[in-house]
Amino acid sequence: MRYPLFAAVAALTLTPAHAETLVVLAPDYFGSNWGPGPAIKEGFEARCDCTLEYRTGDVLPRLMLEGARLEADVVIGLNTDTTLRARGTGLFAPHGQDLAPLTVPIDWEDDTFIPFNWGYLAWVYDRTRLDDAPTSFAELLEREEISLLWQDPRSSASGLALMLWVDEVFGDAASDVWRNLAARTVTVTAGWSESYGMFSAGEADMVLSYTTSPAYHIVAEDDDSKAAAIFDEGHYFTAEVAGVLAGAANPDLARDFMAYLLSREFQEMIAYANWSYPAALPREDWPEVMRDLPFPDTAIFLGEDEAEARRGAALEVWLEGMTR
Amino acid sequence: MTSASRRARLLALGFGGGVATWLVVLNFGALGAVVWRAEGFSALRSADLAAVRFTLVQALWSAALSVALAIPIARALARRQFRGRALLITLMGAPFILPTLVAVLGLLAVFGRSGLINQGLEALGLARFNIFGLHGVVLAHVFYNLPLATRILLQGWAAIPAERFRLAATLGFGPRESFRQLEWPMIRELAPGAFLVIFLICLTSFSVALTMGGGPRATTVELAIFQAFRFDYDMGRAAALALVQFALCASAGVIAWRVALPAAMGGGMDRPVQRFDAGGTGLRLWDGALIVAGALFLLVPLGMLVARGAPHMAGLPPEVWHAAGRSLTVALGATAITLGMTLALAHAVLALGGGRGAMLEWLGLAALAASPLVIGTGLFLLIRPLANPRDFALAITMLVNAGMALPFALRLILPGLRAELATHGRLSDALGLHGLARLRIVTLPRLRRPLGFAAGLTAALSMGDLGVIMLFAEREGATLPMQLYRLMNAYRQDDAAGAALVLLGASLALFVVFDRWGRGRAGT
Repeated sequence: MRYPLFAAVAALTLTPAHAETLVVLAPDYFGSNWGPGPAIKEGFEARCDCTLEYRTGDVLPRLMLEGARLEADVVIGLNTDTTLRARGTGLFAPHGQDLAPLTVPIDWEDDTFIPFNWGYLAWVYDRTRLDDAPTSFAELLEREEISLLWQDPRSSASGLALMLWVDEVFGDAASDVWRNLAARTVTVTAGWSESYGMFSAGEADMVLSYTTSPAYHIVAEDDDSKAAAIFDEGHYFTAEVAGVLAGAANPDLARDFMAYLLSREFQEMIAYANWSYPAALPREDWPEVMRDLPFPDTAIFLGEDEAEARRGAALEVWLEGMTR
Repeated sequence: MTSASRRARLLALGFGGGVATWLVVLNFGALGAVVWRAEGFSALRSADLAAVRFTLVQALWSAALSVALAIPIARALARRQFRGRALLITLMGAPFILPTLVAVLGLLAVFGRSGLINQGLEALGLARFNIFGLHGVVLAHVFYNLPLATRILLQGWAAIPAERFRLAATLGFGPRESFRQLEWPMIRELAPGAFLVIFLICLTSFSVALTMGGGPRATTVELAIFQAFRFDYDMGRAAALALVQFALCASAGVIAWRVALPAAMGGGMDRPVQRFDAGGTGLRLWDGALIVAGALFLLVPLGMLVARGAPHMAGLPPEVWHAAGRSLTVALGATAITLGMTLALAHAVLALGGGRGAMLEWLGLAALAASPLVIGTGLFLLIRPLANPRDFALAITMLVNAGMALPFALRLILPGLRAELATHGRLSDALGLHGLARLRIVTLPRLRRPLGFAAGLTAALSMGDLGVIMLFAEREGATLPMQLYRLMNAYRQDDAAGAALVLLGASLALFVVFDRWGRGRAGT
């Protein structure tokens, strides 16, 4: 062909199918085939007659660094601990959805962000190595022989959630709690995967993870030896949320995507795809494995303003207690 | 000076200047962009000072121990010939090219709570020991850097001309005299540089220091930078901390530079070295013990990684292999760029000479002091107004990796080039040998060994690099370390172990191919 460039441009612009594209900014793990990314893409494309394209990377830094230049319609995968910062960028538009279908254990009234799955923070252990797990945080503090692996609140979302959990449950006594934990903490890692990997290699009795972690081992590995210790004081709630960008090239499609996140079809898929609880599905409709896992009675959650107000001082207390 | 040699000098300065510009952008431009975006620096806190103190203490211990242990091990390896020696030297270099996350898992399989040693102690009814703490940080850093120090010193031993040892034998030198007259001057020349490089590597350690340090007592400056970015959203403090890190590195550099002695050795004919001073049985046993101890320390953790990953390699998902291919491309590209940049910079350093040459040399080492997080963020800020970084994520990764590997390559190649100039410079000039012809006929053959080693190191290091690509990469651009991380984050520990082994194997293979090429014709 004599005009290859012209032909290429023509071929691109004249392709009739998939006229619209929804660009979704997502954390890196959405880009892998063993995360929820492919199932979400497939599910949404089946109902929208469009193409869903992921832009993956560190979501919050991307939002803050790129600002209005960001070429995306929707952001998915922000954690509840970063919603305040994300909101503060002023880049988001109302999601326009009715939140009545939500089944999360806290009152969720937010016209910017929708939770699409959630979990409870928990200490996970191996039944073959620890046969009587503590049933309360207080008992964990008494059982000083139990060794622990967890994440640094300065670098990890789950570490930060643990810090707020302790702050909420123990208040002024938090400093003593950290000193107690420090004495039998094997180590504190920068991210979740390092400590979970070390726990799997037998480096500690318990690891900071989620109540849903055992589901992976049961389903994918046919191994029911992992369990989460359920505490009487309640467990810290974390959720992953999505929001519509004000600069979306395709606002209608973006809102369709928000509706899809709350749809029964999506909610029935997400538990297995992301090893977490569905955010808009009654518990009796959850997959059997999730439903059968021990479930905490009480949810603890500091809203984003409260968490922001407390975390500076809480970190000082943590640092002081851990390094004394 | 003839016009041809003047042209060669201008060429060297021109290419060297281009490389220097990129290094300035990479090291200072990125930091400048962060400062500009933050609208200035913010004040440090008392916890930051504690981080500075811990960073210094662990880096000093790690560098000192790595070099102190490398001297006897390299010496033993240098004066012994045995079957499998070349393979052993290659394998012992492996820990340095491992991604840190993988190296830590290998170490814990030996030294951890349920590692080999503690299992042995328990079986004997003895108390278990705890690896986490300052000693754990130092152990991990020595595990990681001892191979580098050993290899740098081994190069030094190999560079002592065979004629010297022959002369020493004629003069009746025993091991002690040989050491004082031949080996110690070489150590004085190379050890400070090795110490400096390792000190700088340990200075910017973050995840390993935290994990092996057992908690927030082991907070390094790099972690404080991370915290400033991600917890406090305070770019000004991140920039201030990055400057502190730079200052620490620069002071270390000045001290090391003052301690190092210039080479005072004449040239030789590149004959195979024959050691006349290594005869005694006691000495032979001592060397053997040193080599075995070093090999055990470095190779058992690697063996544990192999044993853990091997059963899961065959069943790895195809994405892992695709990512391995992509990483291979990045590694080879970065290697070509690094070698080109290093040769250009080294020629320019020597062409300039004196203080200005030394400044250029320091610029080449500066990337070691830079915070990867600051570089990534800064480059993003610099590039974003011009283009979308994701469109050429792999190219950026190659260039950044090249900048990060350049300090090592420069350290390895510059002394060789300097020696080449001293021994063959005048002869080449007299023969009118300049430019590419001289590079091909005189320089490259004589630099083959450090070039091969530098190429192997660069390729292996960029194979395992996770650094800046995280901020740029998109779904399709995942490298092998990224896939490894994704597997770990998706609970797939077995697949992750298999992928880690692929990474280890690929890094080592790259390293071996280049390093073997470098050592191809040498008789030692």
